[in-house]
Amino acid sequence: MNLIDENGLRIDGRKLDELRPVKIEVGVLKNADGSAYIEWGKNKIFAAVHGPKECHPKHIAMADRAVLKCRYHMAPFSVPDRKAPAPSRREIELSKVIREALTPALILEEYPRTAIEIYVEILTSDGGSRAASITAAAAALADAGITMRDMVVSVAAGKAQDKLILDLCDEEDKEGQVDLPVAYMPNMDQVTLLQMDGHLTREEFETAFNMAKEACKKVYQIQREAVISRYFGGSTPKSKEA
Amino acid sequence: MSKVERKYVVPGDFIAEGDFVPVSNAYSIGNKVYAMRVGLCELEGNKVKVIPLSGPYVPKPDDVVVGVVTDVSAFAWTVDINSFFPAFLPASGVYGRRFTPEKDDLRSKFDVGDTIIALVAAFDRSKDPMLSVSGPRLGLAPRGDVVKIEPVKVPRLIGRRGSMSKMIEEASGCKIIIGQNGYIIVSGPPEGAALAAEAIHMVEDLAHTSGLTERIEKFLAERLGLTEAAPAAEREPVAASPPADTSSEPSADAPNEEDSTEEN
Repeated sequence: MNLIDENGLRIDGRKLDELRPVKIEVGVLKNADGSAYIEWGKNKIFAAVHGPKECHPKHIAMADRAVLKCRYHMAPFSVPDRKAPAPSRREIELSKVIREALTPALILEEYPRTAIEIYVEILTSDGGSRAASITAAAAALADAGITMRDMVVSVAAGKAQDKLILDLCDEEDKEGQVDLPVAYMPNMDQVTLLQMDGHLTREEFETAFNMAKEACKKVYQIQREAVISRYFGGSTPKSKEA
Repeated sequence: MSKVERKYVVPGDFIAEGDFVPVSNAYSIGNKVYAMRVGLCELEGNKVKVIPLSGPYVPKPDDVVVGVVTDVSAFAWTVDINSFFPAFLPASGVYGRRFTPEKDDLRSKFDVGDTIIALVAAFDRSKDPMLSVSGPRLGLAPRGDVVKIEPVKVPRLIGRRGSMSKMIEEASGCKIIIGQNGYIIVSGPPEGAALAAEAIHMVEDLAHTSGLTERIEKFLAERLGLTEAAPAAEREPVAASPPADTSSEPSADAPNEEDSTEEN
């Protein structure tokens, strides 16, 4: 499969370092304490937050902090061939990865002996669904009013046909050489998730990592805007220094 | 008083740098202060506060809360106070020292499903909140509906020196008891209670906007104007008189029209 054409454009017409269009809406589910909907390329994802609430089963509760639970779930109709609705190995792994990418941003000590639950539902799946899920889940957590050190945004970089690319779509993810998802707290300038599937030289890694980090900052503006417009009904400029 | 600066923030937003003290929903790294919640940030002197616009109710000692009894044991009631912890009302706090679990039947005081007004007596997050009903106006709540709103919006519903809740009370002819936890008891005639509930939800939805008092006032006046024109002849009007509403001249035609629709 030819992922990059002779003009240097990718399979969906993007440049090598171009993001897919991202759209986020916050506060979309009435029965959840916090929620967000994200469209990122062909991804369509809902993230819902319940809690803090009583922790069940009781023995997993922690005396000094809240337990963060996360479920990443793909709808049976989210992929071309029906996906069995039971959690697959991949979904269990992604649930863990998303939970661990969000934990550093949360101040769980504020809610001891409780549980905070995050439900991520993939309605339509494309490449980079873990990145989109993390971005949406962070917005849903902010919507739920959970105390957070910072927001979390995530973008993947990668490599296909020996060229470094940003924000892999499904074909690039499957046929490409490398997938490098990065989750990042933009104000703290800290990385909360870094995975790599494939091989990169040290220099390539540096470049790809920085591409992903810069893209995270762009997505952060969209994410922040979405939270702001949920609560204040319009955009406001961020404080001058930041 | 020093100037108060306000700004919209989301978690992680940089607020200020220098000699600042984060008071609530903000934290500092070195000498930089960041927000922890979505809300309005206030800088007053060297104090930094973020007034949150969403989030759960965190019990605070001395808060008056409205709760619903969910369980009764031999020694205590368990009460839902809209928080992430169930609250406890110990029987000894109600019966006093003479309380004996074998003789006193707790259900005769408060039963499951009863609504109570209580004070948060103690809470420190390491154990569940403890309630108390000893004090004026505490105890079993009067008959009425429990309206639930987001706890962070309670201050808006109370208004400056209770102005907002007083206005809704006067317009609806209902008594409103506001718990800091977002549970509100509305007691009064059904029509008034429906109007009050609607107004309360309106305050919740528009809590972040300015000029809210005027908007609610207008809404209430409009509603009273409407209900006034129609069934005044047939139904007993709501106990309260609308404040300074001059448009209450009953027209001869309107009630008849209304009557016929009601019969259908």
